[in-house]
This record gives sequence, structure tokens and C-alpha cells, in this order.
Amino acid sequence: MRVWYLLLALMAPNAMAAWEVNMRQGVTEISHAVYDLHMTIFWVCVAIGVVVFGVMFYSIYHHRKSRGAVSDDFHESTKLEIVWTAIPFAILVVMAIPATQVLVQMYDASDSDIDIKVMGYQWKWSYEYLGQDLGNGENLAYFSNLATPRQEVYNESEKNPNYLLEVDEPLVIPANKKVRFLISANDVIHAFWVPDFAVKKDAIPGFINEAWTNVPEPGIYRGQCAELCGEAHGYMPIVVKVVPEDEYVAWVENKRQQVAAARGITPTVASK
Amino acid sequence: MSAVIDTHGHEDHGPKRGFMRWVTTTNHKDIGAMYLWFSLAMFFVGGLFALIIRSELFQPGLQIVEPEFFNQMTTMHGLIMVFGAVMPAFVGLANWLIPVMIGGPDMALPRLNNWSFWLLPFSFTILLSTMFMEGGGPNYGWTFYAPLSTSYAPPSVTFFIFAMHLMGVSSILGSINIIATIFNMRAPGMTLMKMPMFVWSWLITSYLLVAVIPVLAGVITMMLMDINFGTSFFDAAGGGDPVLFQHVFWFFGHPEVYIMILPAFGIVSHIIPAFARKPLFGYSSMVYATSSIAFLSFIVWAHHMFTVGIPLVGELFFMYATMLIAVPTGVKVFNWITTMFRGSMTFETPMLFALAFVVLFTIGGFSGLMLAIAPADFQYHDTYFVVAHFHYVLVPGAIFAIFAAMYYWLPKMTGNMYPEWLGKLHFWLSFVGMNLTFFPMHFIGLAGMPRRIPDYNMQFADFNMVASVGAFAFGFTQLLFLAIVIITIRGGKKAEAKSWEGAEGLEWSLPSPAPYHTFATPPEVK
Repeated sequence: MRVWYLLLALMAPNAMAAWEVNMRQGVTEISHAVYDLHMTIFWVCVAIGVVVFGVMFYSIYHHRKSRGAVSDDFHESTKLEIVWTAIPFAILVVMAIPATQVLVQMYDASDSDIDIKVMGYQWKWSYEYLGQDLGNGENLAYFSNLATPRQEVYNESEKNPNYLLEVDEPLVIPANKKVRFLISANDVIHAFWVPDFAVKKDAIPGFINEAWTNVPEPGIYRGQCAELCGEAHGYMPIVVKVVPEDEYVAWVENKRQQVAAARGITPTVASK
Repeated sequence: MSAVIDTHGHEDHGPKRGFMRWVTTTNHKDIGAMYLWFSLAMFFVGGLFALIIRSELFQPGLQIVEPEFFNQMTTMHGLIMVFGAVMPAFVGLANWLIPVMIGGPDMALPRLNNWSFWLLPFSFTILLSTMFMEGGGPNYGWTFYAPLSTSYAPPSVTFFIFAMHLMGVSSILGSINIIATIFNMRAPGMTLMKMPMFVWSWLITSYLLVAVIPVLAGVITMMLMDINFGTSFFDAAGGGDPVLFQHVFWFFGHPEVYIMILPAFGIVSHIIPAFARKPLFGYSSMVYATSSIAFLSFIVWAHHMFTVGIPLVGELFFMYATMLIAVPTGVKVFNWITTMFRGSMTFETPMLFALAFVVLFTIGGFSGLMLAIAPADFQYHDTYFVVAHFHYVLVPGAIFAIFAAMYYWLPKMTGNMYPEWLGKLHFWLSFVGMNLTFFPMHFIGLAGMPRRIPDYNMQFADFNMVASVGAFAFGFTQLLFLAIVIITIRGGKKAEAKSWEGAEGLEWSLPSPAPYHTFATPPEVK
């Protein structure tokens, strides 16, 4: 397994290449399963395409008037109709089995280690760490804003490689822990999307949606809002920083103190 | 004792002269022609908006427009193309062709027909005028999800709702008229299972329209109430449900996309047999397949909403139902290809567009099948992959079929043959431009670019540039089509009654151009 992830890490810069044509494999077990589904259905389509277009281009070449082809008159065959109804149906049934399995897994957000409430706003995200008390009963929470300077957007200075995919305060989660996101929105509908985790869920005012991930390798993963939410829809990225567990514990403690101090709350000493 | 018996003949009646001819006409050919011209005009307006979008997306950064205006452009492009270009084009073809295909003298409800058309210019004038109002026009996407389109919308949204209502009334009346025509105006002997495929596809499409346009009217009326009368259908703060909007919208919206493709299926089912010189393979299975697709279109709507958080069981149901659509659609494609097999094919412009339709629509179908797989859809949803998918089914699907139909029946409409080499040039430029525009969108979508954003990271830059170049090539090519239509109306080689060697159907028994009134006496149908 480790070797596999290492290999993926090496391929990561490649995935950023500009002429990339395929879906990212991502970094989680689920994202790999989704990628495999994507490739399976893709090859199924290619196979069907080769057969169907093959027959079509064969006819176009051989059965053209300029080659002296004389048209036949057959125009009905119940047998054929049954065959080409049954075969695609069988292919679909076979395809539906792995798709169902992956979907069931994706929907199982139970037994999470950490719960984080993700709120969409016009046009930024907020992250609230449930159970991380600031000292007054409120949880540790903060906003995450686009960090790309205006000059880069208006072409007045050179764009950095993470143009539009960088924030002031990333979401921080520990590696190898099941993290559950409770997703909602404050104003209009947004969508929380991190492609490398294959997590995409709409953030809807009045609803709390669930999604989860378990990221094996520390790293920085970037995504964007995926539901039109107004003027700055393209300017509310998501950056997730995945760190080793001990580093995460230290970060939470530090962040808790920092946010509490900034708000003038006396923080409780070390939480659970 | 004053029963009016109309004994004088009508053959000598020509159209009125001048502008009033078009305002007061009840003639299906006049109204069909107006629909087609209106649709072409909207096609250019919507195309202009598309080119503004593609100009901004030519490279990263903001160059040409601001994000707010960009959102207006994506919204208006979608609305204009769906409701202003594709739908009226098919209704125009239906008006022109259905009476002559079934051997009827005109549409069943000619005055209603006039009104159906004349609602449209007003509807779209209102819609376009919103762009000049304070706060700008619609900027919430053509799917206008609440609450972005209600509590957070510009004030012009009420005008948008009114424009959509007018458009909806026009569509409902138009489809009622088509149903009434098909059931009442067929020549004796023209049984349902002898009807041409275009007529069949429009009969089914009309039922879809009658069923779902009122649903659209309902959802926009709920919006209107939320915005102006203090209700909270979609406002969570008042106990409303933003997801309800999406359920109602897509219950309309999914059949709507079939409304834009079923008539195209009908058209292609005429053109392929004509140029393969071989009868359509599996006529009755084509009818059943089209009906199955129409039925399935009512039970798959939530596949547009895989990420809203519907329960697992719901997700599975909609995934399976959506995958099922591939079966009847596949049957249609197999039938077309078997029609070509052992035919005697030639490749005039209508056939080229029809063949491109089969190949490229199938590619759009493949990406549709991929999107149906719910877990994979979490990665595709609301990215450029979706944009690529629906443009593959709508541009080389609906629009190529409309071009194919125009080239195929233009000799019947105008009495002149279009210049074949220009038609072929139009096809090849469109084919290359269209693929250059939309194929790279699959790649940028899979790489992770969301749709409806005016600006993007450099990793998406190269393919976006390719797509923009393609869009300009495709867009300007369409001026060539306008030129061809004008040239053909003004003159050219005289068309014979049966303009194509392999053409079948009652319309080809009429002289070219078809007289103003046709089939005042019903023809014999064997």
C-alpha cells in the first residue's frame, strides 16, 4: 500500500500539467474507487463506440453509391431488436454493481473521528471544529478567504502557480482519521468540492449535508466552490491541509488559544 | 335557412401583401417560416453571448468583462439558446412540415398558431431588455436555482419570470395545436403506424411539453410569490426549502432536454433512409424507443441533483433509471446504422449533418452514461465535463439536426437547390469548429475546472484557449449558413418536386416550392 501512495505522490506534479486529459486519481481510498469506476465506464463506452462506429464507417465506405452499391430492402428484424436491447441492458447491470458498492461506501459517514461544520457564505467558507470549545461554549471556528491578490486577477502582476486556489487560512485535518464534514450554507447554495478526496456536496441553507474523507498522506489539497453562488463564485476556493495527527493536535490547541485571545475569551486549558 | 356552404375554391388565394401578411397570417407555412427566422436570429444573439464568454475565458485573469456581467452572459446564453433558438426552430419545422407530411390542409388551430408565434418576439424582447435594467439581467444561471434567483436576484427577475411565462404559454399552445393537428388532420389511410417519424417524434414531444411546461410555470410562479408577495417556498429562513426548487425545476428540466432532442431523432430518421436509399430499419421499434425515452424522462430528474444530499435509496433509484435510458437510445442508434448497412449512400449536406449527428450525439450519450454513475458524478458534477456533455448532445445533436432538416427541406420551401459546395463547406467548418470547442471541455472538466467561473488557474489554460479558438471558428461559420439561406431564397438551380432521389413522403408529391395552400383535397395514402 505504502509503495502505491509513494508512487502517487511522485505522479502528483504530473497531474498539475496543463495538458492533463484525465480525471485525477486523488489520494483517498474512495477517490481511487471513483477513478476506477470512471475508467471502467470509459472503457465500456470506448468498446461500444468501436463496434458501433466500426459498423457505421464500414457501411459508409463499402455501401456508397459511388462504389456501385445497390441498396438492399431489409427493414425489420425482431430478433435483432431484442438482441440489441438485451446486450446493453446486461452491460448496464454489470456496471451498476460496482457503482452501487462505491456509493454505499461514500454514504457511510458513521463512526467519524472528527466532525467539522463547513458553512458556505457569499463568498468564503467557514470551518467550525465541533467539540473544540473556546471557553465560552462556542466551538473553534474561522473563515477561509481567497488569498490571491487583486493585481494578479487584473493581470497587473504575474500569477503564482496557485492562482485562485489559495486561501489565508486553510482547513486543517489530521491524516489517517475519518473526518466528517457537516455542510450547510448561510445565504445561497454553494458546493464543497475537493477533487483529490472525491468529496462534493452541496451547501444548502436550511439543510445539513454529510460527507466524509480519510486522507492517508499529509499534504495540501485544493478545490473550489462548485455551485453558482453569485458574482464571486469563482473566487471562493477550498484549501485543505492534511497533517500528521500529533501536529494536528498541537495546531488545534494553538488555534483555539489564538482565536479565543482575539475574541477576548479566557480559553480553557487543553480540551479532550 | 342560412347555413353557409362554402363552395368557392381556395387555390387562387395568395398571401396578403406587405407587413400585415406576417402579422395576421394563419398559414402554417408562413408561421413556420417566421418561427425559423426568429430562431435563427436568437441563435445569433445567443452565439454572440457565447463568444463573449469564450473571449473572457481565452486566458486566465479578468480581461474583457467583470464577473457579474459574465454570469449574465452564461445565463442569457443558456436561456436564449434553449428557449429562443432550439425550441422555436423545431416548432417552426413542425409547423411547416407536419401538415404536408400527413396530407392535411393546415394546422388544426390556425389562429392559435399565429398567437403562439407572436408571443415569442415579445417574450424575448422583455427577456433581453432586462440586461439594460438597473442591477442587470438574469445572472443566476439558466437553471436559476433559488435562493440565488429569488432573495439574492437583481430586481429584473420579475421581468424574467414574465418573459418565461409568455414563452411557456406559446409552447403549450403550440404543442396543443400539434397534437390536435396530428389527431384530426391526417389524410384518410394515414394510420398512426404509417406516420412519418418526424410526425411521431413531434407527437411525443408535444405531450412532454403539455406535461412539463405547466410545471415550469408553477416553479416560476412560486419564485414570483417569494420575491413579491412575502411567501417562503424556497427561503429556508421562512421555513421554505431551496431543494424543492430543484426538484420542481428538474421535473420540468429533464423532459425539457428530451423536447430538444426527440424532434432531432425524427429528422435524422428521414434523412438517413433518403440518402441510404433504403427504408428506415425498425420503424415500429423506433416509435417504441422514442416513447420509452419520453416515459423515462419523467423519472430521472434527480440525476441533476446527485450532490444535493438525497438519501442513498433515492440516489440509487435515479442512478439505475438514468442508466436505463441508454437502452432505448442505443436501439435508435443501432437502427440508424442498420439502415445505412447495405444501402447505397451518397453524402449531400443533409446526410453529412445527419451522420455527424449520429456519431457526435452518441459521444454525448457516452458522457451521459458516465454522468449517470452517481459516485463518478460527484467528480463530474458542475464541472466543464458536464458542459462538454450537454453541448455534445445539443450542438451536433439538436442544432446539426436542424441544419440537416433545413438543407433537406429548403428545396421544398424555396423551390431552389442550395449551392451544394457551400453547404458542404458549412458542414466541414462547423464540424471542425464544434469539436475544437467542446472536446477539450471534457479534459478541463476532468482536470477539475468548475463551470460558470469567469477566471481559472493556469492548469486549465491551454485547453481553454483551444476551446475559445474553436468557438470563434464555429460562431463565424454560421454566418455562412445565413448567406446560403438567402442565396437559395433568391435563386439557384430549380428544385424538382422530389428534390432527392431517395426521398419518401407526401411532401415530395407537392411541387417545389410548395404552393401557399396544399392538400385542400386529401391525398390517397396506400
